[in-house]
Amino acid sequence: MDVIQSGRSEFRFIHPDEFRVWAREKKKREPVSKLMSEREAIERFVSDGDYIVYDFSTLTRGPQALIREIIRQRKNDLWIGAEFTLLESALLTGAGCASRIDVGFLGYGNYIGKAVCEGKVKVYEWTNGGIALRILAAARGVPFMPTRDLLGSDNITYSGAKVVRDPFTGDPVCLVPALNPDVALIHVHQADIYGNARIFGTNLFALEASIASKKVIISTEEIVDPLEFRKEPMKTTIPYFLVDAVVHLPFGAYPGAMPARYELDLEHIDMLNAIDNDEKMQAYLNEYIYSVEDHEEFLQRKVGWKKLKELIRRATIKEGYL
Amino acid sequence: MKKTIEFTDTEFMISLGARLLEDGKTFFVGWGIPQVVAILAQRLYTPNIVQIFEFGAIGPQSLTPFVRGTMGGPQNTYRSLQWLNMNWAFAYAATGYIDYGMLGALQVDHYGNINSTMLGGTFTRPMRRFPGSGGGNQVASFCWKTIIVMKHEGRFVEKLDFITSPGFLSGKGIREKEGLPRDTGPWRVVTSKALFGFDDETKRMKLIGVLKGLDLEDIINDMGFKPLIAEKIEEIQPPTADELKILREEIDPSRIIIRGELIKMEV
Repeated sequence: MDVIQSGRSEFRFIHPDEFRVWAREKKKREPVSKLMSEREAIERFVSDGDYIVYDFSTLTRGPQALIREIIRQRKNDLWIGAEFTLLESALLTGAGCASRIDVGFLGYGNYIGKAVCEGKVKVYEWTNGGIALRILAAARGVPFMPTRDLLGSDNITYSGAKVVRDPFTGDPVCLVPALNPDVALIHVHQADIYGNARIFGTNLFALEASIASKKVIISTEEIVDPLEFRKEPMKTTIPYFLVDAVVHLPFGAYPGAMPARYELDLEHIDMLNAIDNDEKMQAYLNEYIYSVEDHEEFLQRKVGWKKLKELIRRATIKEGYL
Repeated sequence: MKKTIEFTDTEFMISLGARLLEDGKTFFVGWGIPQVVAILAQRLYTPNIVQIFEFGAIGPQSLTPFVRGTMGGPQNTYRSLQWLNMNWAFAYAATGYIDYGMLGALQVDHYGNINSTMLGGTFTRPMRRFPGSGGGNQVASFCWKTIIVMKHEGRFVEKLDFITSPGFLSGKGIREKEGLPRDTGPWRVVTSKALFGFDDETKRMKLIGVLKGLDLEDIINDMGFKPLIAEKIEEIQPPTADELKILREEIDPSRIIIRGELIKMEV
């Protein structure tokens, strides 16, 4: 195929066969309990230098407790796929955990934009649709996917996408390389101890990322009996053999919302948004992350039962969810 | 009898955006102001519009008040026809099912190309950095008609610092030449003062309407390029009482999103 244009940025890529071997060797087929603490899950399954994706967003069903644990363990040199991101990028960059970001949506608030300007973190431009398609390519076991967006824009230059002459139509078409993340962090409504998981509501690429990622960490509001999945298989979002760790983390999406369970804490979000320099970032990290042992202590000491009850009470929209 | 009304430039921009949509069509909604436009349009003008969101909500009837910053929360996805994910949401756009798309912008050039990524400096060390494409590039690439909604001042430039989402690139036929889907592209640019379309032959931006009471010269002088001017410039009416009521009482009672420069007008 005739290559018309090539992006000039570095990008994460492995041969599909390398992933197939990983899936054969490392993913357990037998149902064994993968239930563990967030500390153990992050210690065992997140390494320095890993590429990380997450589902969904800071404000809705994001794996915020797992992200706080990554920060607490001071992982570094992470590369994040900032899909649909609002504040994860700021926290992970501010804590010195992230060194590269594929954008996506870089995030909002007053910190992350400045961090990019100051050269604290490298960024590459794939767009939300581009990252989702890269994950889909990886989940289908192919090295790339063709697509008719990105064309004509500067995102191609600042990513690793290519434009080729399509042998079927003769027109230019954009190719995005498959993306096999090292780690997918996914917060769900219900999971069993083996890793079967249910999400109620929309998602970014929960199944695709679970298929395509080397290590999948599920945090869940609720642990349910494995038989529940077999009774209603239409409701299974992720089957257990994709999953490496299950962490029982009620309020794991806080300060974001968990649809039909609890609402978001807008005051806490506003406080995060207002962080605009390293001093304030460090103060936040010290106060809310480093100074507590785990999620349970965070909820007890930094959020409090009164606030949690209020957030539950405000989650009045149940229709459509379970 | 004349009376004085007060509204913000943001309220005007949102109201004008809502008036442009057609009922019974599909509409890909970007983050921020377009979400507010979609709710206002659905309440007032286009009850049967099918809102599509990149995170996989198909056809929601969003609840108010609007929760600022959120996309994908339970208010935003209320009473959808279908809940999917990102690859499926963009599938509808890529195959031609989406009539309208709406996006914000930091900078727009003569051909309706959009920058939402960075300003000044170099790519690796910009002067200011913004969220980037999100799903904007997909919306601008795939929807039949893309509407850009943004504040008027300082955003029209001769040359973008970064092309995040494609307009007509550099003229007629260039989108197709680059491989983008045929017959797509920007259709309207809604600002806090005026309305623009695009010339069929040159694909350059054309001023087609101005908010009642504003001076055409002032509007053009604020732009970094000189737009084409339609033979007949529409005088655009300020926000109606109904539009303002819904915006202020239902969608944004805390007036965080709709605040802006205050305009007083006799009507």
